[in-house]
Amino acid sequence: MSNQKQDAKGNRVIISVLGPDRVGIIAGVANILSENNINILDISQTLIQEYLAMVLIADMEKSKINMGELKDKLAAKGRELGIKIDAQHENVFNFMHRL
Amino acid sequence: MLTMAEIMETIKMVQEENLDIRTITMGISLRDCSGPDPAAVRRKIYDKITSLAGNLVRVGEEIEREYGIPIVNKRISVTPISLVAESCDVDDFTGFARTMDEAAAAVGVNFIGGFSALVHKGFTKGDLRLVKSIPAALATTHRVCSSVNVATSKAGINMDAVYMMGKIIKDTAGLTADRDGLGCAKLVVFSNVPEDNPFMAGSFHGIGEPESVINVGVSGPGVVKNMVEKCKDADFGTLAEAIKKTAFKITRMGELVGRTAASRLGVPFGIVDISLAPTPAVGDSVAEILEHMGLERCGTHGTTAALALLNDAVKKGGAMASSYVGGLSGAFIPVSEDAGMIRAVETGALSLDKLEAMTCVCSVGLDMIAVPGDTSAETIAAIIADEVAIGVINHKTTAVRIIPAPGKKVGDRVEYGGLLGHAPVMPVHGFSSSIFVRRGGRIPAPVSSLTN
Repeated sequence: MSNQKQDAKGNRVIISVLGPDRVGIIAGVANILSENNINILDISQTLIQEYLAMVLIADMEKSKINMGELKDKLAAKGRELGIKIDAQHENVFNFMHRL
Repeated sequence: MLTMAEIMETIKMVQEENLDIRTITMGISLRDCSGPDPAAVRRKIYDKITSLAGNLVRVGEEIEREYGIPIVNKRISVTPISLVAESCDVDDFTGFARTMDEAAAAVGVNFIGGFSALVHKGFTKGDLRLVKSIPAALATTHRVCSSVNVATSKAGINMDAVYMMGKIIKDTAGLTADRDGLGCAKLVVFSNVPEDNPFMAGSFHGIGEPESVINVGVSGPGVVKNMVEKCKDADFGTLAEAIKKTAFKITRMGELVGRTAASRLGVPFGIVDISLAPTPAVGDSVAEILEHMGLERCGTHGTTAALALLNDAVKKGGAMASSYVGGLSGAFIPVSEDAGMIRAVETGALSLDKLEAMTCVCSVGLDMIAVPGDTSAETIAAIIADEVAIGVINHKTTAVRIIPAPGKKVGDRVEYGGLLGHAPVMPVHGFSSSIFVRRGGRIPAPVSSLTN
């Protein structure tokens, strides 16, 4: 990812999944993460009628791939499953909602 | 720990409400580039811009990817060229604009600002040469933006400069007649111009600024509009509070991106400009925010009050969110760049006079307004004089970016595409102001007590 030194806490990403629910979404995302040694810290999901909104918090400290590659893999999986999957650095959310 | 609701709110802002960082602008001092030989000066300008800003676009795209927030523009502002080129013994400064254009193209930015002069009290040799070179400079370059400051609250209004700018705007429109007078969209006339504004076309790197700096402009009319929509039945106190909180969140994104970009580029972080900057995209409109407050159309009675509330609430929320707020920092009300403003003009709800009134309570002025091609230089100068008078008396920045669209008349429209959008041609008053603007000299600075 970046060339800055960061502790584990600084290397967390938030992965969001939005779209119609179907079989294999969680498995699909989890597979990509485990294949690349990215640890899942928390999962939360809600169903709004037939739509799934899922958020995963993951630790990229020991990841084999960088943020850009992760985003590409997730986006490709999203296209395959007909949903939108994105990853954003945790700082975005902390900066917006916490002082 | 973040809650699900907070995470979803941020994602919704970006994916559905057009939240983005409008620009990261790198300010670069060119003061060490001056000298007697124009070719040597041009070489130094090119080398300095390309070496300092070489990584700007790459770093911007990197941050965009990591944070998942679009950064729409990466831009550069430089020391006013009137200062940098003054020591050269050439009358025509167009060559310096071409060098800026080439440097901007080389590093991949879409606009570079700073073909500028500050003449609120009078012209130096370099100022005069620069101003006279503006029409050709804007006609022969793609990325260069120009600005001229003609008034300040401390110096008054340089009416010689105001009249000259009326003529320069006409000439610029004439030289870019084949493109609906596009040159004028890249030229701003200011009063009380800020030295750290990251937004084009009025951006330049002021003389009090460091060697190099990163300034950020945020945007998010869509996010504010949706918040206002949710406050449908709320009273004004509740409405202002909701806008404030939203502005806070938008500005935090600017702060994060600005700090990160500055640290990765190894230059100091300057300011976040908390302006609400619309785009022609549906839903990304300042006019629509005002309409959601309960006005049938932007421009009707009540618009100035609605805008005043909006502008103030955005400032209060934004100022809390960033350690350094600067630039223009107010709601922008450009006509061509805002779908709601265009509709308001086309339906006859919004006139030039109402726009002028609205600029008393917000940033930045009469912006991206197309008027008939046969509007005289004197009338344009008088429009500028009115607008800068508002700035001078109220100790705020005001500006005019007006396009006398060649060959067009009221009811026609001009088309620029992209962020510049399209604009209906608006009527101006038919009665002449020419004896007034031709008087020449300066309108004295106002007294700052006796405030009524």
